[in-house]
Amino acid sequence: MSQLLEKLTMPAPAKLRDLIRQIRSVRTQAEERAVIEKECASIRGMFREEDNTYRCRNVAKLLYIHMLGYPAHFGQLECLKLIASPRFTDKRIGYLGAALLLDERQDVHLLVTNSLKNDLNHNTQFVVGLALGTLGNICSVEMSRDLAGEVEKLLKSSNAYIKKKAALCAVRIIRKVPELMEMFLPATKNLLNEKNHGVLLTAVCLITEMCDKSPDALAHFRKQNKMVPQLVRILKNLIMAGYSPEHDVSGVSDPFLQVRILRLLRLLGKNDSEASEAMNDILAQVATNTETTKNVGNSILYETVLTIMDIKSESGLRVLAVNILGRFLLNNDKNIRYVALNSLLKTVQTDLNAVQRHRSTIVDCLKDPDISIRKRAMELSFALVNSNNVRGMMKELIFFLEKADAIFKVDCTSNICIAADKYAPNKRWHIDTMLKVLSTSGSYVRDDVIAHMISLVSEASSLQAYTVQHLFRAIQEDTTQQPLVQVASWCVGEYGDLLMSGQVEEEEPLQVTEDEVLDTLEKIMNSSGSTAVTKSFTLTAIMKLSTRFTQTIPRIQALMDQFGSSVDMELQQRSVEFGKLFKSYDHMRSGLLERMPPLDAKVGSKGDGEGANTNGETTAVSPPTSPAVKQEEGNALLDLLGGGPSPAPVIPQMEKPAAPPAANNDLLGDLLGLDLTSPAPGPAPIVPGMSAPQPQMDMLGGLMDGVAAQPAGQMSANNLGIPSLTAYEKNGLKIEFSFQRDNSNANVAIITLTATNSTDTPMNEFVFQAAVPKTFQLQLQSPSGSVVPPSNMGVVTQVIKILNPQKAPIRMRIKLTYNYKGTDINDMGEVNSFPAALWQ
Amino acid sequence: MLKFILLVNKQGQTRLAQYYEHPEHERVSIERDIIRKCLAREDSQCSFLEYKNFKLVYRRYASLYFIVGVDHTENELAILELIHNIVETYDKYFDKVCELDIMFNLDKAYMILEEMVMNGRIVEMNQNRILLPIRVMDQAAQ
Repeated sequence: MSQLLEKLTMPAPAKLRDLIRQIRSVRTQAEERAVIEKECASIRGMFREEDNTYRCRNVAKLLYIHMLGYPAHFGQLECLKLIASPRFTDKRIGYLGAALLLDERQDVHLLVTNSLKNDLNHNTQFVVGLALGTLGNICSVEMSRDLAGEVEKLLKSSNAYIKKKAALCAVRIIRKVPELMEMFLPATKNLLNEKNHGVLLTAVCLITEMCDKSPDALAHFRKQNKMVPQLVRILKNLIMAGYSPEHDVSGVSDPFLQVRILRLLRLLGKNDSEASEAMNDILAQVATNTETTKNVGNSILYETVLTIMDIKSESGLRVLAVNILGRFLLNNDKNIRYVALNSLLKTVQTDLNAVQRHRSTIVDCLKDPDISIRKRAMELSFALVNSNNVRGMMKELIFFLEKADAIFKVDCTSNICIAADKYAPNKRWHIDTMLKVLSTSGSYVRDDVIAHMISLVSEASSLQAYTVQHLFRAIQEDTTQQPLVQVASWCVGEYGDLLMSGQVEEEEPLQVTEDEVLDTLEKIMNSSGSTAVTKSFTLTAIMKLSTRFTQTIPRIQALMDQFGSSVDMELQQRSVEFGKLFKSYDHMRSGLLERMPPLDAKVGSKGDGEGANTNGETTAVSPPTSPAVKQEEGNALLDLLGGGPSPAPVIPQMEKPAAPPAANNDLLGDLLGLDLTSPAPGPAPIVPGMSAPQPQMDMLGGLMDGVAAQPAGQMSANNLGIPSLTAYEKNGLKIEFSFQRDNSNANVAIITLTATNSTDTPMNEFVFQAAVPKTFQLQLQSPSGSVVPPSNMGVVTQVIKILNPQKAPIRMRIKLTYNYKGTDINDMGEVNSFPAALWQ
Repeated sequence: MLKFILLVNKQGQTRLAQYYEHPEHERVSIERDIIRKCLAREDSQCSFLEYKNFKLVYRRYASLYFIVGVDHTENELAILELIHNIVETYDKYFDKVCELDIMFNLDKAYMILEEMVMNGRIVEMNQNRILLPIRVMDQAAQ
């Protein structure tokens, strides 16, 4: 009696609406939490009492609470009970709850399996649909196995509503348990014959998923010659059928189905010329007939373009696709522009010429207000730079750099550097461009760009005066950008005399006194904004000026001593050593601080090895003692001069700069460092470069051990005429060995390998490895690059040294890895037929 | 494949959330992050965003933002069409739908969405066919 009374007086639980209203009316997060907690408690209480009447309502409220982000897992069991109830509305909420609250990770979901099985066999199609829907959303591996049979049966049912849901359910099952795919294969055959678009849509989806997951299924569908023509026919009907109210979306019939079919065609046609041929016509038709005024049409066109790019289409079709993309670029809708730029980025690898035509539009996109569009336009622009358009493109890109956001600047500067390096029409332009880059976004420049700039300047002997004047002007105005200051101070230190003489063609000479220069440098030293590295650079520069300047030597000396007690170890050491130079070794000072010979142009490549990486390459010359000692001296010199971090990596190349000084080769080849041809003539040009420092070297004879040996004679024609050997030739990759004996050590053989690529696609990430028998010692120096350019346009070289004390016949096993057209290729080989002259 | 569909109002409150792939444990914080990003965009900017390893496609209808997360294989423009279709279907059912309609009929909204998108893929786009089972159920409940 009392229980009954209790039940009658207990208020009915709030409807979902009321709860929502309540939550909306609270004003703070804490209040909201309080309301929800109270509600949860009451719901929990009611669940415990197993009250059937209001379970539905409570679970609905629970779903809302879950959506807001609060924990609601105590409702899971309740959902199960609802599902088991015979009432449709209960089942509805129960399944919804199951779909939202349960997932594979909970153990509870297995309990749903039984209810699902019963419901899958229900008479009412909607209940079956419900069950299929939930199954499709949450089923796990075990559930899939249990219920796959039922789903397959339903796939063959005559009811379209059930079929389409069953198809999508099958998609999920296949993803979870790939082995069950065969079970569904036969059913798919008839699915495409349906008229109902919902079924068609899901059937296409199912087939796409199958092809995606298993290449066998893909082959099966391709061979079934009905498939591609069938799809083509469906697509044709869609386009030609005219207005159909059922599926029309703004004038296009069922765009979703069209897009899906196009995607499936893409999968089927990839790498398969027969299938691609069958679809050529329909693709052309879709591309030309679709209306482009609305987003709908554009989405279909976009999918078509993607498909054309992926399959083996004929060139006319590809040009059509690129033109469509070009039209997209001119569209006002920024979404479409974004999509176009994205696809162009993908296609520029393969169809460079076609994309070039739209270059001006792409460059305009650099100024777009949207940041993602700007980013893509920048990447695309870099891909499009070539020797013809480099001047115009650079101008635009530098303009872009000035306005760009910080995140872009780093990438942009490095890319500009690489591009300028590859395509610079002349040195002066190159230096101008680099100067502009340094002055506009100097703080974002990477370290390797600094090193590169320095070596660039050191090579361009005719432009040094011009450069140093510009740089000096730049740092007079602004000393905050560290990389700029570093480069400038190095140049001022090296070429301070040129700054004084003020002789530059075409420009008014800069009238500056030695004191002004020292003022600027002193300002940098004392500024708190300068980093330690910058200060080291500047200190060294000041020291170098002591030989270049004539009047201000005492001032320089005073500056040096000022830093003798600096807190920074590096600065202190340098200043003390330099100070000592003044005091005890004054006679050597001019020799030590001589101008440096031209440094190697070393491009910082971002994995784009095409930027000539002449790092330590083509050492055809065996290192006889004198160049070796010269290198040591060079090292010592540079050390003493306190060459900062950047000149240091350049030191190994002092031994044999592959880019010989201006004397012999033209500046362009010099700059690009692409003069990687036969290494043998290489040694000869070292001589003029090295000869200048020689007299001083002799002076330093006391410091170094025997330098006497004349390099010239030794370096010429070290190639004793040993014939070269083709070590490997396969798939367009050819590796040639050319040989020399080391003069200083008769047991050392020097092999220079040259790799060329006669195909029309570059080989990326090229790595050469070698192994020799235990009786030998192998030394592999770093290669000139990692990309072998196509069509024999350039080479990759590497030097191998073999120590052969036992004078045994040399044998070698080689291994090559590279990435060609997207696939990684490994190959091995053996080289046994080394000429006897090499090791005897 | 769709990863999720979110309906968010201008203040950043979630009105509807349907996930087709298990979100990581910090579902709420990811949601908040996504919402913040989308709401911060101006009208002149593109409707597509890259977020972590998937893409977001969003569009604003009156006071509601429809945000759909997709993986990289999807055609973004087609997703915009999907969003528009969802809105039109809601419009048809609720008769000039507004944010309050969705809020107070959350279960119906979910059901309609379920009829349209299952397991991250599109099932049915024809609005009449989508609404048929819902209408049948409404009749049965009466």
